[in-house]
Amino acid sequence: MADFSFPLLTATAAVPAIGAVATAAVPAAKRTAAKWLALLFSLATFVLAVVIAVRFRPGAEGPYQLTESHAWIQDFGVRYELGVDGIAVALIALTALLIPFVILAGWHDADPLESASDSGSAAGSNSRWRPTQGFFALILAVEAMVILSFEATDVFLFYIFFEAMLIPMYFLIGGFGDRAGAHGEEQAATQRSYAAVKFLLYNLAGGLIMLAAVIGLYAVTADQLGSGTFSLQQIVEARTSGKLDFGTGTERLLFLGFFFAFAVKAPLWPLHTWLPNAMGESTSPVAVLITAVVDKVGTFAMLRFCLQLFPEASSWATPVILVLALISVIYGALLAVGQRDIKRLIAYASISHFGFIILGIFAMTTQGQSGATLYMVNHGISTAALMLVAGFLITRRGSRLIADYGGVQKVAPVLAGTFLIGGLATLSLPGLAPFISEFLVLVGTFSRYPVIGIIASVGIVLAALYVLVLYQRTMTGPVKAKVEGMPDLRARELVVVAPLIALLLFLGVYPKPLTDIVNPAVDHTLSVVDKKDPKPAVRVDAVPGAGRPGHAVHDQEVEAAK
Amino acid sequence: MENLIALLVAAPLVGAALLLCGGKRLDRTGAWIGSLFAVASFAVAAVLFADMLGKSAEDRAVHQHLFSWIPVGGFQADVGFQLDQLSMTFVLLITGVGSLIHIYSIGYMEHDERRRRFFGYLNLFLAAMLLLVLADNYLLLYVGWEGVGLASYLLIGFWQHKPSAATAAKKAFLVNRVGDVGLSIAIMLMFTTFGTFAFGPVLAATGDTSEGKLTAIGLMLLLAACGKSAQVPLQSWLGDAMEGPTPVSALIHAATMVTAGVYLITRSGAIFNAAPDAQTAVVAVGAVTLLFGAIVGCAKDDIKKALAGSTMSQIGYMILAAGLGPIGYAFAIMHLVTHGFFKAGLFLGAGSVMHGMNDEVDMRHYGGLRKYMPVTFVTFGLGYLAIIGFPGLSGFFSKDKIIEAAFAKGGTEGWILGGAALLGAAITAFYMTRVMLMTFFGEKRWAETPGAAAPGQQVQHPHESPKVMTIPMIVLAVGSVFAGALFSVNEAFVTWLEPVTSFAHGHSPLSATAITASTIVVLLIGVGLAWQMYGRKPVPAVAPRGSLLTRAARRDLLQDDFNHIVLVRGGEHLTRTLVYLDHSVVDGAVNGTAASMGGLSGRLRQLQSGFVRSYAVQMLGGAAVLVAATLLMRGV
Amino acid sequence: MNPVYYLYLAALLFTIGAAGVLIRRNAIVVFMCIELMLNACNLAFVVFSRMHGNLDGQIIAFFTMVVAAAEVVVGLAIIVSIFRTRHTASVDDASLMKL
Repeated sequence: MADFSFPLLTATAAVPAIGAVATAAVPAAKRTAAKWLALLFSLATFVLAVVIAVRFRPGAEGPYQLTESHAWIQDFGVRYELGVDGIAVALIALTALLIPFVILAGWHDADPLESASDSGSAAGSNSRWRPTQGFFALILAVEAMVILSFEATDVFLFYIFFEAMLIPMYFLIGGFGDRAGAHGEEQAATQRSYAAVKFLLYNLAGGLIMLAAVIGLYAVTADQLGSGTFSLQQIVEARTSGKLDFGTGTERLLFLGFFFAFAVKAPLWPLHTWLPNAMGESTSPVAVLITAVVDKVGTFAMLRFCLQLFPEASSWATPVILVLALISVIYGALLAVGQRDIKRLIAYASISHFGFIILGIFAMTTQGQSGATLYMVNHGISTAALMLVAGFLITRRGSRLIADYGGVQKVAPVLAGTFLIGGLATLSLPGLAPFISEFLVLVGTFSRYPVIGIIASVGIVLAALYVLVLYQRTMTGPVKAKVEGMPDLRARELVVVAPLIALLLFLGVYPKPLTDIVNPAVDHTLSVVDKKDPKPAVRVDAVPGAGRPGHAVHDQEVEAAK
Repeated sequence: MENLIALLVAAPLVGAALLLCGGKRLDRTGAWIGSLFAVASFAVAAVLFADMLGKSAEDRAVHQHLFSWIPVGGFQADVGFQLDQLSMTFVLLITGVGSLIHIYSIGYMEHDERRRRFFGYLNLFLAAMLLLVLADNYLLLYVGWEGVGLASYLLIGFWQHKPSAATAAKKAFLVNRVGDVGLSIAIMLMFTTFGTFAFGPVLAATGDTSEGKLTAIGLMLLLAACGKSAQVPLQSWLGDAMEGPTPVSALIHAATMVTAGVYLITRSGAIFNAAPDAQTAVVAVGAVTLLFGAIVGCAKDDIKKALAGSTMSQIGYMILAAGLGPIGYAFAIMHLVTHGFFKAGLFLGAGSVMHGMNDEVDMRHYGGLRKYMPVTFVTFGLGYLAIIGFPGLSGFFSKDKIIEAAFAKGGTEGWILGGAALLGAAITAFYMTRVMLMTFFGEKRWAETPGAAAPGQQVQHPHESPKVMTIPMIVLAVGSVFAGALFSVNEAFVTWLEPVTSFAHGHSPLSATAITASTIVVLLIGVGLAWQMYGRKPVPAVAPRGSLLTRAARRDLLQDDFNHIVLVRGGEHLTRTLVYLDHSVVDGAVNGTAASMGGLSGRLRQLQSGFVRSYAVQMLGGAAVLVAATLLMRGV
Repeated sequence: MNPVYYLYLAALLFTIGAAGVLIRRNAIVVFMCIELMLNACNLAFVVFSRMHGNLDGQIIAFFTMVVAAAEVVVGLAIIVSIFRTRHTASVDDASLMKL
């Protein structure tokens, strides 16, 4: 390149990666230093993410911006290609935003057990056992990989990080759990390793099938374009210009290969059962990491890779996927109602929400896909708020069972209040951010598939049911014995929750900054897929006297822009 | 001037934010701060009203566009307000009655340590309710719609430590959510049909749309209205909602929030006018509910639940009127306003009685209270006369018009609706007289000394409530007496609303005088019957077993039992089965695969005997197979 | 003489060696049999080199010898250490190298 520009995207991923190494290298005795170091690096990443968002120009020429491109494995046409569209910017911002809160919320989650340090206090000081450093280093490592997978525009590069993030996640789930389980440490450890292995196997299985499809993609491009390539932009261009033609059968197979991996990660019914285990057994910050950050890579990749690489196959598979997504919505919500464990309840609620996201993506309307993207962001924030407060609650009482709580509202009103707001966000109350995304998804789905839209609306009622039942059983009623004397939220915990709630309110009232970034990217995706929004049955403009001045101005502006 | 509209919503919203986030510092002053913001909102409303009166009827509607809310492709949702005569009526009612009830609550909640939060929730309710009636599009209305639902949830469950309150709050929210789904589907239908959901364009475009679509939208709006306004079949939450503090019942579950359904239908009048099938559904719901609520109200011994049944019934009248089209909209709103006065007054009176009776709600433990609470007795009495439609009081004017309009519907339908409305009026007179007699007349059925108290009964020292509570009651009583007459002078109210709701004179098969006469006759029958049963002989302190109908009515005509058996039990079974299936089938399939893999590898492991020579044999065999395969392939 | 005969010889030697590996228990003998198999291969390589008239086979034969020498060094060391600890050189007794 003639003019050297700062590799912003690489830097945003490199900072947490360096942070991970640095945190891991902190000596065993200096636990607190490691925590602060990790927090510092995550904050630096957030600053860089903000810079990305500021430098990003919505509606500028070309689908991707801030691109970087270097040759990597030339023999196989693999390039180190990064670039962001509006959807990626939104999700990078979400990731970079949530990680500091995750670190802060998990401040004490990885401290060595007191009993352990008692038994070997002498050995403890010079032991090389450093769980705290490991915990925070792993979180930063996950952040780096997630950010890279949002940035990668090379299919192979994406695949590498998509898979590699399983490794730190595996250790985070298997290595760190809630302190006192109801059944004692031994059994908790067994369940934890079961959950971790299940997580790994599910995702590896998906990943391997995707690998086969990645190789297949290379084979087809090598065959038809002369030299094989993994570059998303090149493949899309070649396909639109007619140079590349997968052939119906091949395209469908490749699509299924990609989709399977993303559906496991997302998770879509019936590939969802790893999520409740993983979220139930891990500490709540890690559960947030799973559902609010890592899972988003799956739905994001559906938008970026499945739809753009294989538009025809996507249309072909749409009916089945929509039905599966609809089942996820209802099924997840019904199972959430039936749960006895707070964290598993939130996990099943997430499954229901991921159903909405996938519904929005495959409805193939502007509203559906913008809604789905907003949903990813809003679900991240709202689940983080709810899950982290639930984590604070669980730490206080040492139990995940709903039946062990009652009357918390009386002893810890702030905790109960924040929990309620998180819950209300989860049930998509208007005024809070998730409402906007859920409504957009429903409208987008409804305008093309009315029946599916109507059935999905039932999910709204079920969401209210599981949230309010949870709130009623844990927070209201007479104070249970072991709940008495429970301290309210501490300063550190308030610092975690308050900004999240403020953000939920802000994005619920004024989501325009987000929609402005996301809309052009969605339009691009839909133009690649070659779908247009259904037109309304009645053209309101044709009605005399209709339309307010505001709308008229808006229309004129649009026309002027054209 | 239109820039003031946002201030209407903003004032109570700021109050709510201040009170809910303010912490303990505001515990002592919280009640006053909350009331101040409510009154401020009322002041703004008064200014806007004065301004509106100064304009000609056509120019009265003003808009305030704040900002573009959700712009996504063809989906353009804005935050904008529309203040016309219809919204103005509601704004005055909400802020006026709301302010009075804020002030009343200062006295009523004096001893509650969480009163700061109570006033915060009340302010939140005001903000949401004002947003509901001021929004200029259906999506923003939806925000207010669910916002009042949230405030109602928080306030019904305000005494959270009582499991019954928490359950009632949850039930109210859930049943409302069912209605909300109707509203959200209606908005989606509007978007796919018209490409917009702003009031102006949608209501202007109804003429070009197929009736089927409009009927669907209308029915969905009706579902929403049923949820919020406690109409059959979504009425079951209102009775339980009486678990909330009494000012809440007065403000939310009598005067304002529950009438939102009437607002929605009236606002969407153009849609219903063009969809006669949907209108038929609306009047049917209204007629059924006005009888349902009245029957339930006759059997309840809990004073608040009796009033709740009455609310249901009166809103049934309004929905019925709104379903009649242009001949009824104005009367629906008129009854809504007068009802806002007298029902809020009745509830505040009930609250005052409870305040003086240690929160006793069972009317069978009241009796003879008129001597102990004179102000409450008089204000309650005026409200009573207003609601039964005593000639000259406000209920008389508004209800009479609705009955007349119902007959004017024409044909058999008109006779059925008119008959139902008349019958409802008789039952109303009956149950309200019953409440009145059981509470204020007859022998006292409570004990002033511990010795005289029946087991489980509290010792009572009934007393009149403080001024801060009685003054709002007096103001509302004045409204109950004069509002109807004021509105009916030269059809002032109808003229005022006509530009928004349009108005047509109905042609009833009976003359107006005949209808008025029959209304008065059924009124006398109802009162007489109640006097016969509750005035002439003493009321038993323990409820008699009663007839089958009475017992059913006490249980809300068995609707709760139906819900419990079908929805709650059925739902529990469904979720339990699904949890089991998720574990055993969905997860089981995966675990089964894992287990069979484990079994297979266990068997394969046997081959690894550790004996070098067996490995050597395997290698030799493998090599032989490879060679053979190569040769065979060559041969082919 | 026909070079094919040398191939027969190589095949025979390989078979003898393979049979010895499979049948004998003494580690030393098994080891010698492996050497026999390797040398049978060497013979075959040299013969092919001769038949095709190029040096590839002979070069590979040298490779084989180098590998065989290395194998002898490691293998004998293992056998000696097993003999020292267990006082036996039977291959069937050392069956612990499994999962």
